Amino acid sequence: MSADSDRPAATATATAAAATADSLADAAPPAGGGRAGPPAAGRGARQGPGAQLGRLASWDLGVVVLAVLVIVVASASVENFGTSRNFTFLVLDLLPIALIALPMTFVIVTGEIDLSVASTLGLSSAVMGSLWNHGMTIETIIPLCIVLGAVLGAVNGLFVTVFRLPSLAVTIGTLALFRGLALVVLGDTAVADFPAQYTNWVTGTVGGSAVPNVLIPLAALAVVFAVVLHATPVGRWAFAAGASEQAARFAGIRVGRLKFWLYVVTGAVAGLAGVLWTLRYSSARADNGSGLELAVVAAVLLGGVSIFGGRGTLPGVLGGVVLLAALQNAMRLSDVSNESLNVVTGALLVVSVLVPNLIRRTRAAVSRARHRRPTPLSPPLPGS
Amino acid sequence: MPAEQAPLLAVRDVSKSFGAVAAVRDVSFPLYAGEAHALVGENGAGKSTIVKMLAGVHRPDTGTIEMDGAPLALSSPADARAAGIAVIYQEPTLFPDLSVAENIAMAKPPRGRFHAIDRARMVRDATALFERLGVDIDPARPARGLSIADQQLVEIAKALSADARVLVMDEPTAALSTVEVERLFTVARSLRDRGAAVLFISHRFEEITALCQRVTVMRDGRHVSTDPLAGLTVDDLVRRMVGRDLSTLYPRRSTTPGDVVLEVDGLRRDGVFRDVSFQVRAGEIVALAGLVGSGRSEVAQAVFGVDPRDAGTVRVHGRQLRAGSPRAAMAAGLALVPEDRRLQGLVMDASIARNVTLPRSGALARLGLLFGGAERRAAAEWTARLQTKYGRLADAVSTLSGGNQQKVILAKWLATLPRVLMVDEPTRGIDVGTKAEVHRLISGLAEDGVAVLMVSSELPEVLGLADRVLVMREGRLVAELDRADATEESVMFAAVGQRKREAATTGATSAAGEQPAEKGVEVAL
Repeated sequence: MSADSDRPAATATATAAAATADSLADAAPPAGGGRAGPPAAGRGARQGPGAQLGRLASWDLGVVVLAVLVIVVASASVENFGTSRNFTFLVLDLLPIALIALPMTFVIVTGEIDLSVASTLGLSSAVMGSLWNHGMTIETIIPLCIVLGAVLGAVNGLFVTVFRLPSLAVTIGTLALFRGLALVVLGDTAVADFPAQYTNWVTGTVGGSAVPNVLIPLAALAVVFAVVLHATPVGRWAFAAGASEQAARFAGIRVGRLKFWLYVVTGAVAGLAGVLWTLRYSSARADNGSGLELAVVAAVLLGGVSIFGGRGTLPGVLGGVVLLAALQNAMRLSDVSNESLNVVTGALLVVSVLVPNLIRRTRAAVSRARHRRPTPLSPPLPGS
Repeated sequence: MPAEQAPLLAVRDVSKSFGAVAAVRDVSFPLYAGEAHALVGENGAGKSTIVKMLAGVHRPDTGTIEMDGAPLALSSPADARAAGIAVIYQEPTLFPDLSVAENIAMAKPPRGRFHAIDRARMVRDATALFERLGVDIDPARPARGLSIADQQLVEIAKALSADARVLVMDEPTAALSTVEVERLFTVARSLRDRGAAVLFISHRFEEITALCQRVTVMRDGRHVSTDPLAGLTVDDLVRRMVGRDLSTLYPRRSTTPGDVVLEVDGLRRDGVFRDVSFQVRAGEIVALAGLVGSGRSEVAQAVFGVDPRDAGTVRVHGRQLRAGSPRAAMAAGLALVPEDRRLQGLVMDASIARNVTLPRSGALARLGLLFGGAERRAAAEWTARLQTKYGRLADAVSTLSGGNQQKVILAKWLATLPRVLMVDEPTRGIDVGTKAEVHRLISGLAEDGVAVLMVSSELPEVLGLADRVLVMREGRLVAELDRADATEESVMFAAVGQRKREAATTGATSAAGEQPAEKGVEVAL
């Protein structure tokens, strides 16, 4: 690789040495500059203002378009899909996945993973029920559950950043641990008598419209997470840490600290999701949200986030969440069996990991083939 | 005499380029059966590329490698092994969790009944090999936990089990103690005396004289000489290794160093370097020279805080710097352009703009928000100052040439307006034109009062740019040479730990430059 990338050096710098004027290189892109480049430059061959947008957004945009397409087609062809009642249910169904997918996107972008989120949700739910049984007010319980989630996240963060253990192993462990604790707290009982004022708000809609109340905080959080990921230094650090942890450290980024706090936030959001889950079904149970972590990771990957870190967008992830939820909802309404449903979502996931990789490999192969031919010292093409 | 026979293995007119950089050009030399052959040269002379071609890792662009007069096609390490070429690296490549016997039999495990691996025979074979080598290693123990020296002996046993006729040893002694080196040499000698051809690469001349009968010198990827070792002095070899004309012109500066900016005192990292103390003044370029592996980069990284340190202090403008915190170092005005562009210097997948602004993304944000515009403006400004050639700022930095990637890294750190700039191998792997630009840039920065610490393996660069040269060997600072005293020979002698002998007989360097060069050069023999 290093060999390839050095190849255009001669041409590029021959021009550089000749250029005595301190010209603004980017004002007029010089011939034979970066684009004559090596492996990754297969994309560089496509020029023009739209090309870059197309390249960056292709997968995410595709997922969003597909999600819209599924909704349109299902509305037209599946009975009851387009009703306002179904829309409300659709949103309530995707709420916990969407909520946890927001911080999970950050975690995966930094090249880590958190599989304990569903167990955190369950433990939060169990603690909520237990505290309610002990007569604590709901106004105290809710913030406590969120703090509990943050603490559980801090445990993950500690193992991953301070003890430098692989996050996959750590969070598989805490997945079992937190779920076990939930069972210790609540056993196999359920707590159901939460105040109607709260349960009704969670399942209710804004002023009788089809828009569920919970969509408002979800949308607000989504905007916050999207802005932080794509338009703040923290977001830049996350991408850099995921793409190359070493380079990030050499640039003065405190990668460990960043990851620790991401785990804390993920835990807190999972704690909040536990509260909302409990209120929605008006039932605090230790097994609430079992297996949800896979749905979350699936949605994030489907949304175009690279499992290896460093790549992805939050709008893409939301597209992935909606696509999965809409597909499942439409298939359920069409009386598709649960088994077939799992097959479809599973297949979708494999495809979502496979296709971008295939595309990348094909591009790399094409650009290698293209760049093998010119001799190392060929002059830059005029006007290219 | 071996010289009269046909060579067992011959490297013929072999060339190998990596992109625009020619690593090896038209190199030929023979290896004779029953003879140990030394391959010497500075860092980057092309020795390792030769080794990798013999090992089947790289294929020569042109030229051939011949064995018994017939050309070999080595397209993989397996081909090399099949041809009877065994390579032993500085860092052995054993499987730590397998037993010693399993490691030895890895390529061709003995089969027993039902084609199953015959473990008993495997252990017997290994024991027999060790007996032949006269070493005492338990074949049943796991490779993990063996000393480097023992691991190398296992590698040699591995080579023997494959009936290797050519044994290539790439700096095998770098991490060994004197006793271990002697044991390795005993084994190597006995192999040699049984008719194997040995190619030995080392920077230590006393080892070369102890083992080898013939020596090939390489310089800048080219073959300089192949001669019997008898009759050659260390001086002859060193002169051949470094004796090049300074083809590149280095900008001369009128230096009036200012106050001490960077002060390193008693820096130590266990097992890597120790007792490292030096100062760098404003407007001064100090070079940190030495062989690869002597601990230069590690010192720079510990000063910057990406690596931990076990003892010692770093002061910038008199204020002590917190250990292990690049952020604190940056706040104090330090910048480090690291050795490995692709791993340490750049986030290869990210855009040029993101890379240039990465250390400053906090400073560029307004009200906590950071939009592409601010990054693009800052990146455009600094890439333009360095005359970086690229298509668009949004292009991945991996699309750039090596030289332009280096400029992006320099832009990234110059944008932080450092008071101390540490550059590690600033021109490695980049072409001559860009090299000159980087040299001008570094010397321009020094003129503007920046304190520069430059780690470099390229002696012309060190001598052309530096006001002072610090030489490291095996984790210690062994010499400090002023500009007037620093010559290619004096730096090399300090770096390899050899005292210059017969100093009076060499005419290559000015007599004035030689005597002071001896000061502070530790003699290790």
